[in-house]
Amino acid sequence: MPDFSLSNPVHASIVAIFGLLFASSIIVFFIRRKDEKDEHKELADRVKSWWFMIAIFSTAILTPPIVSVVFFCLISFLAFKEFISIIPLRRADRRVLFWAYLTIPIQYALVYMGWYGLFIIFIPVWVFFLLPFRLIISGQTDGFLKSITAISWGLMITVFAISHAAMLMKFPATEANIAGGLGLIVFMVILNQGNDVAQYVWGKLFGKHKIVPKVSPKKTWEGFLGGVLTTMIAAAIFAPFLTPFSFVFSLLAGLMIACAGFIGDVTFSALKRDLKIKDAGSLIPGHGGILDRIDSLSLTAPLFFHLVRFFYY
Amino acid sequence: MNILRLIFYALLVRPFIIVFLGLNTRNLDRLKVHDGAHLVAANHNSHLDAMVLMSLFKLEDMNKVKLVAAKDYFCRNALSTWFSLNIIGIIPIDRKGENGDPLAPVIQALEEGYLVVIFPEGSRGEPEKRKPLKYGITKILEAKPEIKITPVFMHGLGKSLPRGEGLFVPFICEINVGEELSWAGDRSQLVSSLEATFDSLKQEMEPKEWL
Repeated sequence: MPDFSLSNPVHASIVAIFGLLFASSIIVFFIRRKDEKDEHKELADRVKSWWFMIAIFSTAILTPPIVSVVFFCLISFLAFKEFISIIPLRRADRRVLFWAYLTIPIQYALVYMGWYGLFIIFIPVWVFFLLPFRLIISGQTDGFLKSITAISWGLMITVFAISHAAMLMKFPATEANIAGGLGLIVFMVILNQGNDVAQYVWGKLFGKHKIVPKVSPKKTWEGFLGGVLTTMIAAAIFAPFLTPFSFVFSLLAGLMIACAGFIGDVTFSALKRDLKIKDAGSLIPGHGGILDRIDSLSLTAPLFFHLVRFFYY
Repeated sequence: MNILRLIFYALLVRPFIIVFLGLNTRNLDRLKVHDGAHLVAANHNSHLDAMVLMSLFKLEDMNKVKLVAAKDYFCRNALSTWFSLNIIGIIPIDRKGENGDPLAPVIQALEEGYLVVIFPEGSRGEPEKRKPLKYGITKILEAKPEIKITPVFMHGLGKSLPRGEGLFVPFICEINVGEELSWAGDRSQLVSSLEATFDSLKQEMEPKEWL
């Protein structure tokens, strides 16, 4: 681990994020002081949780690569556990789930080794046909399709997709991008999570016209477009420090991150609505479960990874 | 307090439960360690129940909490007896009742001011299927009528490690704590109100059952 220094763009970005967080805490403090009915407790809980999440994320990024990989591995594990705890499954699926869990350390070992060829096919090819076979061995055909589709989809979204965020680390530093893979991770995570917050804030302030009222009644065009604009501006600001992107490409990356984040968000809203639950868990006060926090990241990570890989590496 | 017990719960049991299970708790504020004796009645699905219940208490309260468990299972040899008594913190119950009243040690612990955790179903049974409650708990209350009971309902551990399965699979455990009940002098009334509380605590959580 290099010494902490503001001339390192990754370190400087983390300092900037803590600055933003500090500013939000001050704003929330003043909002709550005026508010006698204490209507903003959830907002305060959210900001407090952000402190924890950003502190943990920063630590994971600033420590040696093995720790960063273990961090993302743990996120996948917790997300997959939340996922299988909220979907209806059969008792016969227990042993299959055990094998499904085992794919998580394997997938992240492939990330750590940087073995791209196997990383990209392990879950979609190998696990995709071995897992149904294991399910067949358990001998119960009633509900077979439901179980195997649910488990496969869960693995794709919580393990395969999220592991792309960790795989960004393997992009080496170049002359155009001295921050290397870590810079790309920080860039994507800041914009993705920032986009969630921006869409929420713009929607709260100006939200009027609903996009998908049946799935997510709080999502409005005003929130979405405000989020897109904010994320594109943030992309243009952060890109020169953290990525090899040109100005135009950074705007496109911002646009893509904002759109993918929105789609990820409503995809999970639809899932939760189908299951008749509000949150996927209760791990993060004010936010819900870990799935509620990374829903937008799960769709963004593979798209962003391949965008960078196709155009820059 | 017993330092080994503290290490066991703080460094082994809790981290394991946080990472590999994860608890989704409701109304946890109802689960208080009172100054005097108290009963906590929980449903029983899995070997993990005892560990999860114990981890709901604050570490500094641990020395006031004991758990009722079967002597024939937890005290099979000298080592398991020492571990169960001193580290897990059980009150061993002789289920066959060969040495007088099997519940006498529970009553004694309550007299000493402990919070006692009891599984009124007796044994674990079919996972996530509540068995009819046994009347053992009422015998305790006949002897100690002033004791209050806090019901706790757990769901999910029977999925993680059901009876007869050796393979542990992580699932989030849902926990709901009910309002305190008190003894009104009637056995079947207590048992049926405890059963009703368990059922409503379960309904409130809308747990995902096996299909």
